[in-house]
Amino acid sequence: MMAGMTVIVKTISRIMFPFIFLFGVYIVFHGHLTPGGGFPGGVIIAASVAMLILAYGLERIQKSTSFLHAEVLDTLGSVAIVAIGILGLIFGAYFLETVFPLGVFGQLFSGGNFLWLYIGVGIKVAAGILLILFAMLMWDRGEHK
Amino acid sequence: MGKAKQALNLALVAIIAATFIYSVNFTMPEFGTFPTREINGKVENSVGQLYLENATWQTGAANVVTTIVWGYRGYDTLGESTVLFTAVIGVITVLRAMRRDE
Repeated sequence: MMAGMTVIVKTISRIMFPFIFLFGVYIVFHGHLTPGGGFPGGVIIAASVAMLILAYGLERIQKSTSFLHAEVLDTLGSVAIVAIGILGLIFGAYFLETVFPLGVFGQLFSGGNFLWLYIGVGIKVAAGILLILFAMLMWDRGEHK
Repeated sequence: MGKAKQALNLALVAIIAATFIYSVNFTMPEFGTFPTREINGKVENSVGQLYLENATWQTGAANVVTTIVWGYRGYDTLGESTVLFTAVIGVITVLRAMRRDE
């Protein structure tokens, strides 16, 4: 059904993929320093994989990533967010309290919980959007069980 | 669409745009100030001023939006991500059920 596009599109998207992916990771990791965060960063990561699916076709992409991977990552991200919240309950006074050190203002490892929460959200959103994409691409072929 | 109706639509758009521009220009508070509220004669600043003053030293994050999203409104964002999780589960469930019916 989806055979992939011409060699021009394939080459350009292969070159652009790591940059777009890295930009999404940057948006996720700097959510507490610059505009952005887990939600937009995760969508950018998912969009980079969607670009590869468009260029190469679904069959080629399925060899490296699968439905199950995305499902596991989606669940892991959600569990990570709640686990960080419960850490605040154990080591602090209330749910989602900051337990990690605040660090130096403006550096990457600062802001307490926010970096780790945004990493969890980024994994969760990227995997969730990809999961919806996979489900919509595959539902008329019956390849997911 | 007749000429008269088209002119009427255009006039309506112009009136609405003029209302918005007037309200933004003349009735909104100055940039950087927060609206105050008055209850029973007591005047109080809005909560936004408090967030701006306290966000950086209370949480150590440079982005005040993040401070509000995960710090002061953490439960809301947790619910937001739960909504996305539920949406993903819903899409997969519906598509699987449609597949099984055929």
